[in-house]
Amino acid sequence: MTIDFRHNQSAHCENGSTANLLRYYGIDINESLAFGIGSGLFFAYLPFIRINHIPVTSFRPMPGMIFKRTAQTLGVKVFQKKFRDREASMAALDAALAQKTPVGLQVGVFHLAYFPRPYRFHFNAHNLVVYGKENGRYLISDPVMETAESLNYDELMRVRWARGMFEPRGHMYYPAKIPSRIDLPAAIVKGIRRNCREMLSIPLPFFGVRGIRYVAGQVKKWPDKLGEKRASLYLGNFIRMQEEIGTGGGGFRFIYAAFLQEAAKALNNPRLRELSQEMTAIGDRWREFAAIGGRIIKKRNNEQESYEAMSAILAEIADREQHLFGALKKSVS
Amino acid sequence: MKREQVPQDDENLLEGKTREVCYAVDEKGDYVQVLSSGWEPKNTALIQAWEQIDEEAKEALAQIKAGHASPLAFYMARCMFDIKLLSAYTAIPKRKIKAHLNPENFRKLDAATLEKYAEAFSISKEELICCPDVTAALPRGKQDEPVHGYSRHNGDA
Repeated sequence: MTIDFRHNQSAHCENGSTANLLRYYGIDINESLAFGIGSGLFFAYLPFIRINHIPVTSFRPMPGMIFKRTAQTLGVKVFQKKFRDREASMAALDAALAQKTPVGLQVGVFHLAYFPRPYRFHFNAHNLVVYGKENGRYLISDPVMETAESLNYDELMRVRWARGMFEPRGHMYYPAKIPSRIDLPAAIVKGIRRNCREMLSIPLPFFGVRGIRYVAGQVKKWPDKLGEKRASLYLGNFIRMQEEIGTGGGGFRFIYAAFLQEAAKALNNPRLRELSQEMTAIGDRWREFAAIGGRIIKKRNNEQESYEAMSAILAEIADREQHLFGALKKSVS
Repeated sequence: MKREQVPQDDENLLEGKTREVCYAVDEKGDYVQVLSSGWEPKNTALIQAWEQIDEEAKEALAQIKAGHASPLAFYMARCMFDIKLLSAYTAIPKRKIKAHLNPENFRKLDAATLEKYAEAFSISKEELICCPDVTAALPRGKQDEPVHGYSRHNGDA
């Protein structure tokens, strides 16, 4: 049994699942809109929480937030469920599919058979959509894959019950009720305002623009504080978080710039298109930051390409993003 | 980033299974999705992460060879499991896993327990028991052809 579901590849799994599910119900939305309405742009650096002895860096809000906020902001009611029992989670999936409902799932990638092996870490907040079952295989639209995939019962159950941080516990979700009228411009404004707030106004030094500035202050101390080897591992981890599959490049800055173009059209506000250009330029700076970092890791950097130089780029990015989100806030008020 | 600047630095980290979507602007300044097969700095960072894992796996191997650790130590390093995570996957208490890291205790394990460990690591029981080879460290790109350059790709797929 198959549902007529269109697989659209996206940069990021959560935006992609969100957009693909909503589009199935006739809401005309793409990845960047889903990302912007869900206020997906973020920055967090948590020096006191470490994974593999390296501080946590994130360019996005907590897993699940983008879908939740996008749906809420558009007025879509969402069905969500986590389970205690493995078989029950699969039975619930089968029941939904039998009703011809495509289902979003949170899964771990470590045991995800079709995923490229070098990317299979213990990361449990990956999202995909199951849109049918044929000859015992579940048909899967994984937003980061170019083509549709499939998994058998055991393979799918296994990734739905991945363990560790962000355990999915069979988490499944789908839009349950779509409002008769969608007010896209209002949703866009709401998404932008919330994003400005999160980038500018969280009163802790680890989040948003303040977080970027904080890391700028840290990066230049890394070589002396940590030694060359560990400093380079910190750098590598930071770059991975910034550029890993799903960010669309530049730590989501380019997706957000694409969103601002869409917003400019939807709100008929040319100022947003200018700000999109500014965001693109900032994204390019993030890319330059990563390029220097890559060369430092490979020990192929020249004299100007130092931790100091990287720190200076981050400080500049923090200033520019502060300016951009300030201007953005004004442009929609 | 402009459309024509989207990098295509393929180092087989996606194993030919997919390409990833990047966002870039076209000649008119409009955003479009462009597929990329990789970008050198991010490849470098990912390879670095695997080299680190490789190093830890090799250290574990040395411990095993010296008789200080059981093969469990190697597979935990290679598959990035700490005791807590392995316990969550296998439902074997942490205290017991710690004991099983001792080669003497490991040798006495029953088939059912070995099976649980093997399943978590996605390997066979036989692979788990026989002392792993250093070339078996990390995933490689494709099953048959050796991938250029990176030692971490060599060995068992």
